[in-house]
Amino acid sequence: MNSPHDALIRLDEFFASTLASVDLAEAEVIRIAGEIGFGEDDVFQIGMAVREGMVNAVVHGNRYSEEKKVRLTVTSEPGRLVIRIEDEGEGFDLQSIPDPTTDENLLRQSGRGLLLIRSFVDEVRTEPLRKHGTVLELVKRRDPGD
Amino acid sequence: MSVKLTIRQVGDVTVIDAEGRITLGEGSSAFRETIRDRVAKGERKILLNLGEVSYIDSSGIGELVSAFTTVTNHGGALKLLNLTKRVKDLLQITKLYTVFEVFDDEATAVRSFS
Repeated sequence: MNSPHDALIRLDEFFASTLASVDLAEAEVIRIAGEIGFGEDDVFQIGMAVREGMVNAVVHGNRYSEEKKVRLTVTSEPGRLVIRIEDEGEGFDLQSIPDPTTDENLLRQSGRGLLLIRSFVDEVRTEPLRKHGTVLELVKRRDPGD
Repeated sequence: MSVKLTIRQVGDVTVIDAEGRITLGEGSSAFRETIRDRVAKGERKILLNLGEVSYIDSSGIGELVSAFTTVTNHGGALKLLNLTKRVKDLLQITKLYTVFEVFDDEATAVRSFS
Protein backbone atom coordinates (compact mmCIF):
# COMPACT_ATOMS: atom_id res chain seq x y z
CA MET A 1 0.00 0.00 0.00
CA ASN A 2 1.43 3.38 -0.93
CA SER A 3 1.52 6.05 1.75
CA PRO A 4 1.58 9.74 0.95
CA HIS A 5 5.36 9.45 1.08
CA ASP A 6 5.47 6.62 -1.45
CA ALA A 7 6.58 4.14 1.19
CA LEU A 8 5.83 0.57 0.23
CA ILE A 9 5.76 -2.18 2.83
CA ARG A 10 7.57 -5.12 1.26
CA LEU A 11 7.50 -7.44 4.24
CA ASP A 12 5.80 -7.56 7.63
CA GLU A 13 6.28 -10.94 9.22
CA PHE A 14 6.67 -12.56 12.65
CA PHE A 15 9.46 -15.09 13.06
CA ALA A 16 10.06 -17.72 15.72
CA SER A 17 13.07 -17.12 17.94
CA THR A 18 15.29 -19.66 16.21
CA LEU A 19 18.48 -19.64 14.17
CA ALA A 20 16.48 -20.95 11.21
CA SER A 21 14.55 -17.68 11.33
CA VAL A 22 17.80 -15.77 10.98
CA ASP A 23 18.53 -17.55 7.69
CA LEU A 24 14.95 -17.08 6.47
CA ALA A 25 14.88 -13.38 7.31
CA GLU A 26 18.24 -12.78 5.68
CA ALA A 27 17.12 -14.57 2.51
CA GLU A 28 13.85 -12.61 2.37
CA VAL A 29 15.52 -9.24 2.71
CA ILE A 30 18.24 -10.16 0.20
CA ARG A 31 15.49 -11.07 -2.26
CA ILE A 32 13.67 -7.78 -1.69
CA ALA A 33 16.82 -5.67 -1.90
CA GLY A 34 17.74 -7.35 -5.19
CA GLU A 35 14.25 -6.92 -6.60
CA ILE A 36 14.19 -3.21 -5.94
CA GLY A 37 17.51 -2.68 -7.61
CA PHE A 38 20.28 -2.54 -5.04
CA GLY A 39 23.66 -3.56 -6.44
CA GLU A 40 25.37 -6.82 -5.51
CA ASP A 41 27.62 -5.37 -2.79
CA ASP A 42 24.75 -3.44 -1.22
CA VAL A 43 22.58 -6.55 -1.22
CA PHE A 44 25.34 -8.47 0.55
CA GLN A 45 25.74 -5.69 3.12
CA ILE A 46 21.99 -5.41 3.74
CA GLY A 47 21.77 -9.18 4.15
CA MET A 48 24.57 -9.27 6.68
CA ALA A 49 23.16 -6.33 8.64
CA VAL A 50 19.80 -8.09 8.82
CA ARG A 51 21.45 -11.34 9.81
CA GLU A 52 23.32 -9.66 12.67
CA GLY A 53 20.20 -7.79 13.76
CA MET A 54 18.14 -10.97 13.73
CA VAL A 55 20.81 -12.85 15.71
CA ASN A 56 20.74 -10.07 18.27
CA ALA A 57 16.94 -10.28 18.51
CA VAL A 58 16.75 -14.09 18.66
CA VAL A 59 19.76 -14.78 20.87
CA HIS A 60 20.18 -11.74 23.11
CA GLY A 61 16.68 -10.25 22.97
CA ASN A 62 14.27 -13.17 22.99
CA ARG A 63 16.84 -15.69 24.24
CA TYR A 64 15.41 -18.37 21.94
CA SER A 65 12.07 -18.26 23.81
CA GLU A 66 9.30 -20.22 22.09
CA GLU A 67 6.79 -17.68 23.43
CA LYS A 68 8.53 -14.70 21.89
CA LYS A 69 8.56 -13.62 18.26
CA VAL A 70 10.72 -11.35 16.17
CA ARG A 71 8.83 -8.99 13.90
CA LEU A 72 10.59 -7.97 10.72
CA THR A 73 9.29 -5.18 8.53
CA VAL A 74 10.90 -4.00 5.35
CA THR A 75 9.73 -0.79 3.72
CA SER A 76 11.02 0.69 0.51
CA GLU A 77 10.95 4.44 0.32
CA PRO A 78 12.26 6.68 -2.43
CA GLY A 79 16.04 6.36 -2.31
CA ARG A 80 16.21 4.09 0.71
CA LEU A 81 15.25 0.82 2.32
CA VAL A 82 14.05 0.81 5.95
CA ILE A 83 14.28 -2.41 7.98
CA ARG A 84 12.81 -2.77 11.46
CA ILE A 85 13.61 -5.75 13.68
CA GLU A 86 11.51 -5.93 16.83
CA ASP A 87 12.18 -8.33 19.69
CA GLU A 88 10.37 -8.96 22.96
CA GLY A 89 13.43 -8.96 25.19
CA GLU A 90 14.61 -6.83 28.08
CA GLY A 91 16.03 -4.14 25.86
CA PHE A 92 19.52 -2.87 25.29
CA ASP A 93 21.32 0.40 24.89
CA LEU A 94 23.51 0.87 21.82
CA GLN A 95 25.89 3.03 23.82
CA SER A 96 26.49 0.27 26.37
CA ILE A 97 28.05 -2.11 23.84
CA PRO A 98 31.85 -1.97 24.09
CA ASP A 99 33.93 -1.11 21.05
CA PRO A 100 35.27 -4.46 19.78
CA THR A 101 38.15 -2.81 17.93
CA THR A 102 40.00 -1.49 20.99
CA ASP A 103 43.12 -3.34 22.12
CA GLU A 104 41.47 -4.78 25.22
CA ASN A 105 38.48 -6.12 23.24
CA LEU A 106 40.15 -7.15 19.99
CA LEU A 107 40.51 -10.82 20.94
CA ARG A 108 37.09 -11.21 22.51
CA GLN A 109 35.04 -13.91 20.85
CA SER A 110 31.81 -11.95 20.58
CA GLY A 111 30.53 -8.39 20.36
CA ARG A 112 31.14 -7.55 16.69
CA GLY A 113 27.58 -7.75 15.37
CA LEU A 114 26.71 -4.12 15.91
CA LEU A 115 30.02 -3.00 14.41
CA LEU A 116 29.19 -4.91 11.23
CA ILE A 117 25.66 -3.52 11.15
CA ARG A 118 26.97 0.03 11.48
CA SER A 119 29.53 -0.61 8.76
CA PHE A 120 27.00 -1.96 6.29
CA VAL A 121 23.99 0.35 6.58
CA ASP A 122 23.74 4.13 6.64
CA GLU A 123 21.64 4.65 9.76
CA VAL A 124 21.14 2.54 12.88
CA ARG A 125 18.69 3.34 15.66
CA THR A 126 17.18 1.51 18.58
CA GLU A 127 14.17 2.42 20.63
CA PRO A 128 12.27 0.62 23.38
CA LEU A 129 8.83 -0.70 22.48
CA ARG A 130 5.86 0.40 24.56
CA LYS A 131 5.29 -2.83 26.53
CA HIS A 132 8.60 -4.64 26.29
CA GLY A 133 11.23 -5.28 23.72
CA THR A 134 13.37 -3.22 21.41
CA VAL A 135 13.17 -2.18 17.82
CA LEU A 136 16.33 -1.95 15.79
CA GLU A 137 15.87 0.23 12.74
CA LEU A 138 18.31 0.06 9.84
CA VAL A 139 18.32 2.36 6.85
CA LYS A 140 20.22 1.69 3.64
CA ARG A 141 20.30 4.48 1.11
CA ARG A 142 20.48 3.81 -2.59
CA ASP A 143 23.17 5.41 -4.63
CA PRO A 144 21.60 7.49 -7.40
CA GLY A 145 23.57 5.38 -9.89
CA ASP A 146 21.90 2.11 -8.83
CA MET B 1 25.18 -25.20 3.17
CA SER B 2 27.18 -25.12 6.37
CA VAL B 3 30.95 -25.34 6.47
CA LYS B 4 32.89 -28.34 5.19
CA LEU B 5 36.36 -28.80 6.61
CA THR B 6 39.03 -30.97 4.99
CA ILE B 7 42.29 -31.59 6.79
CA ARG B 8 45.61 -32.43 5.19
CA GLN B 9 49.24 -32.35 6.29
CA VAL B 10 51.93 -30.45 4.43
CA GLY B 11 55.12 -31.36 6.26
CA ASP B 12 54.43 -30.53 9.88
CA VAL B 13 51.78 -27.96 9.01
CA THR B 14 48.11 -28.86 9.34
CA VAL B 15 46.19 -27.28 6.50
CA ILE B 16 42.45 -26.97 7.00
CA ASP B 17 40.55 -26.30 3.77
CA ALA B 18 37.23 -24.67 4.66
CA GLU B 19 34.32 -24.48 2.25
CA GLY B 20 30.87 -22.91 2.67
CA ARG B 21 29.58 -20.65 5.41
CA ILE B 22 30.95 -20.07 8.90
CA THR B 23 27.95 -18.65 10.70
CA LEU B 24 26.25 -18.93 14.08
CA GLY B 25 25.08 -22.51 14.66
CA GLU B 26 26.35 -25.57 12.84
CA GLY B 27 29.04 -23.79 10.87
CA SER B 28 30.74 -22.18 13.82
CA SER B 29 30.47 -25.19 16.15
CA ALA B 30 31.93 -27.56 13.53
CA PHE B 31 34.79 -25.18 13.07
CA ARG B 32 35.39 -24.85 16.83
CA GLU B 33 35.39 -28.61 17.38
CA THR B 34 37.83 -29.19 14.54
CA ILE B 35 40.33 -26.68 15.89
CA ARG B 36 40.08 -28.08 19.43
CA ASP B 37 40.51 -31.60 18.11
CA ARG B 38 43.67 -30.72 16.18
CA VAL B 39 45.17 -28.90 19.15
CA ALA B 40 44.31 -31.85 21.43
CA LYS B 41 46.21 -34.08 18.99
CA GLY B 42 49.27 -31.92 19.55
CA GLU B 43 49.17 -30.04 16.26
CA ARG B 44 50.56 -26.54 16.68
CA LYS B 45 51.06 -25.22 13.15
CA ILE B 46 47.69 -24.62 11.60
CA LEU B 47 47.01 -22.97 8.27
CA LEU B 48 43.39 -22.17 7.63
CA ASN B 49 42.52 -21.95 3.94
CA LEU B 50 39.40 -19.78 3.57
CA GLY B 51 39.50 -19.59 -0.23
CA GLU B 52 36.20 -21.39 -0.63
CA VAL B 53 34.42 -19.72 2.27
CA SER B 54 31.60 -17.69 0.80
CA TYR B 55 30.33 -16.08 3.96
CA ILE B 56 31.37 -15.41 7.55
CA ASP B 57 29.19 -13.59 10.08
CA SER B 58 30.24 -12.03 13.39
CA SER B 59 29.93 -15.41 15.09
CA GLY B 60 32.24 -16.95 12.49
CA ILE B 61 34.70 -14.13 12.99
CA GLY B 62 34.51 -14.85 16.72
CA GLU B 63 35.41 -18.47 15.99
CA LEU B 64 38.46 -17.39 13.99
CA VAL B 65 39.59 -15.29 16.96
CA SER B 66 38.89 -18.11 19.38
CA ALA B 67 40.86 -20.54 17.20
CA PHE B 68 43.73 -18.09 17.06
CA THR B 69 43.87 -17.70 20.85
CA THR B 70 43.45 -21.45 21.46
CA VAL B 71 46.38 -22.34 19.21
CA THR B 72 48.52 -19.44 20.42
CA ASN B 73 47.88 -20.31 24.08
CA HIS B 74 49.20 -23.79 23.36
CA GLY B 75 52.41 -22.36 21.97
CA GLY B 76 51.43 -22.70 18.33
CA ALA B 77 50.43 -20.48 15.45
CA LEU B 78 47.31 -20.21 13.33
CA LYS B 79 47.56 -18.37 10.03
CA LEU B 80 45.09 -17.61 7.27
CA LEU B 81 45.31 -18.40 3.57
CA ASN B 82 43.41 -17.22 0.48
CA LEU B 83 40.93 -14.75 1.90
CA THR B 84 38.15 -13.63 -0.40
CA LYS B 85 37.64 -9.90 -0.76
CA ARG B 86 34.62 -9.97 1.50
CA VAL B 87 36.41 -11.83 4.26
CA LYS B 88 39.34 -9.41 3.93
CA ASP B 89 36.91 -6.52 4.24
CA LEU B 90 35.42 -8.04 7.39
CA LEU B 91 38.84 -8.45 8.97
CA GLN B 92 39.63 -4.84 8.14
CA ILE B 93 36.36 -3.54 9.60
CA THR B 94 36.97 -5.50 12.79
CA LYS B 95 40.68 -4.55 12.82
CA LEU B 96 41.59 -8.23 13.00
CA TYR B 97 43.79 -7.86 9.95
CA THR B 98 46.42 -6.68 12.42
CA VAL B 99 46.08 -9.88 14.47
CA PHE B 100 46.24 -12.60 11.83
CA GLU B 101 49.11 -13.41 9.50
CA VAL B 102 47.49 -13.68 6.08
CA PHE B 103 48.90 -15.30 2.94
CA ASP B 104 47.81 -15.60 -0.67
CA ASP B 105 50.21 -18.43 -1.50
CA GLU B 106 50.20 -21.79 0.26
CA ALA B 107 53.89 -22.62 -0.19
CA THR B 108 54.93 -19.28 1.28
CA ALA B 109 52.46 -19.72 4.14
CA VAL B 110 53.78 -23.22 4.94
CA ARG B 111 57.40 -22.01 4.86
CA SER B 112 56.55 -19.18 7.26
CA PHE B 113 55.96 -21.69 10.07
CA SER B 114 59.53 -22.98 10.05
